[in-house]
Amino acid sequence: MTERQWQYNFGFLDENTKRMLRRGLLKAVAIPGYQVPFGSREMPLPYGWGTGGIQLTASIIGKSDVLKVIDQGADDTTNAVNIRRFFARVTGVATTTRTADATLIQTRHRIPETALCEGQIMVFQVPEPEPLRTLEASEVETRKLHAHQEYGLMHVKLYEDIARFGHVATSYDYPVLVNGRYLASPSPIPKFDNPKLDRSPALMLFGAGREKRLYAIPPYTAVESLAFEDHPFAVQRWPHVCALCGSGDSYLDEIITDDAGHRLFVCSDSDYCQAQRTLQEGMA
Amino acid sequence: MYVAVKGGEQAIARSWDLLAASRRGDPRLLELELAQIREQMRLAVARVMLEGSLYDENLAALALKQAAGDAVEAIFLLRAFRTTLPRLATSLPLDTGAMRVRRRISGTFKDVPGGQILGPTADYTQRLLDFSLAQSGAEADCAEDHDPLPHPLPNVLDTLAREGLIEAETIPVGDPEPPDLTRSPLMFPASRPARLQNLARADEGWLLGLAYATQRGYAESHPFAGEIRMGEVGVSVCPPELGFEIDIGAITLTECQMINQFAGSKTAPPQFTRGYGLSFGEAERKAMAMALVDRSLRAEELGEDQLAPTQQQEFVLYHSDNVEASGFVQHLKLPHYVDFQAELALIRTLRQQAADLSQQETRHD
Repeated sequence: MTERQWQYNFGFLDENTKRMLRRGLLKAVAIPGYQVPFGSREMPLPYGWGTGGIQLTASIIGKSDVLKVIDQGADDTTNAVNIRRFFARVTGVATTTRTADATLIQTRHRIPETALCEGQIMVFQVPEPEPLRTLEASEVETRKLHAHQEYGLMHVKLYEDIARFGHVATSYDYPVLVNGRYLASPSPIPKFDNPKLDRSPALMLFGAGREKRLYAIPPYTAVESLAFEDHPFAVQRWPHVCALCGSGDSYLDEIITDDAGHRLFVCSDSDYCQAQRTLQEGMA
Repeated sequence: MYVAVKGGEQAIARSWDLLAASRRGDPRLLELELAQIREQMRLAVARVMLEGSLYDENLAALALKQAAGDAVEAIFLLRAFRTTLPRLATSLPLDTGAMRVRRRISGTFKDVPGGQILGPTADYTQRLLDFSLAQSGAEADCAEDHDPLPHPLPNVLDTLAREGLIEAETIPVGDPEPPDLTRSPLMFPASRPARLQNLARADEGWLLGLAYATQRGYAESHPFAGEIRMGEVGVSVCPPELGFEIDIGAITLTECQMINQFAGSKTAPPQFTRGYGLSFGEAERKAMAMALVDRSLRAEELGEDQLAPTQQQEFVLYHSDNVEASGFVQHLKLPHYVDFQAELALIRTLRQQAADLSQQETRHD
């Protein structure tokens, strides 16, 4: 067999596939929080590693876009590096680590600390798009529950947490009600990030490749984290500040520094942390 | 002072080099050629083509070489390649009745028209390690067949069908186009064409385990191997602009028709029912397992109880794909620091609460 060199299309996907995805996205934007089934393609990255997000990014990325890819809030984690390299290879677009400079941000597990603005698009990688899945295994049943807006199961689960622990024991992938209608998974972001979804000026797109679903939160859409009047929603707080930049309002990662169990708490958002430090150096 | 972990890019590049070196192994030995894999590892090639959903022996051999023999990784490589290929044409339905049969057996009749034909099977080899294969150079002598096999070979189940003892296989009204699971998502309840497509792509190990479970009481299917046949089947297309059929080649297939008991229902008299399995290449284990699982998934349509997992479409079909399963199981290797940090904070809070509570209780005592 002779060696054949394949020329991949801009963004890897063929134009018909991109069109199928964009039609799905239009439907998703029209029905905020509704999970749209789509003909997910097999991507050259493993399922569970961001194939949904990659397909969404591939379907909307243009030559003038500036792409940022983060995993756990950081640009330099191996999976983020790998996905950024993939897009650099198949599109040649500019990439950045700076949140403010990016037009398109693909993320796994975090929303950047720097506030997003109009015109920016966030693409979330979603492992399990169905917020009710752990409570009801059958897709046939969960689709019915959404159709009837029957979310009692989730409220009972939250209530049981409160009865048992005194507070809701969900710390990430905390369920949200989008536009007062559809219960949705914000993807496994810490609940710390949930308030950033509410009425965000940026467009939020969610892709689940393995489960073949996509959904969206259009700009300025109301996103409510489920709670009770007497047990309002609250986010994580730390008794420390970031050991590197001193920030007191960012999400912190815990790092074990030696065998004696010493720990450091630092910003999970590496770009934000760097920007804070640069700012301080400038002032000093 | 903590230094942020940088250099992911360099580490990835280095891991590629290490992977290439470990794939090659001892460089003093000859490198594997694709033709060797294609000819001498043909069952591995067949599995990769089947679960990779692409009939191309050379590409499957390349995938196996690149994956160092890891079937699931090779399947993944082939799938990721085929995903962007344009669809030039759709073949006409294959006629397995017109197969150039190399093997055909039936477990339901002692003799069948055309006879029982063992063909190249390992079934009666006694599974003793053949140390003569340890040395290369041994010729595989195979005398030419003097009696050519009858062609075409009638299907064993047709005899039963003529008597009405087994359900008829009729083309549905309007002969609707089957769904393409690589182009549209699997939705439930899944039609039989969608289920069969999923099962054909399904992981062989998953199907084998489920099929075995149907025999051990998880679904009542009472199967008999009505007919298993393997050989070459012609593939043809009929381009609309030409309006006539063009033979584009032949592929090797294994087909299994299981016969299952059925007690009958309000609308149907007692009769035998069918389970169907089809695979690329010589893949009999896969075809048989597929036929058993196809039958157990027909429980709803035949009005049978659906108590066993093997009868539940969502359970069987959602978890059958090894590329999906392998990716998701292994995604746990990816960093989860952020979520884990959230869980750490939560568990510390819960432990503190529990400690406070037990302290209060001690004071009360």
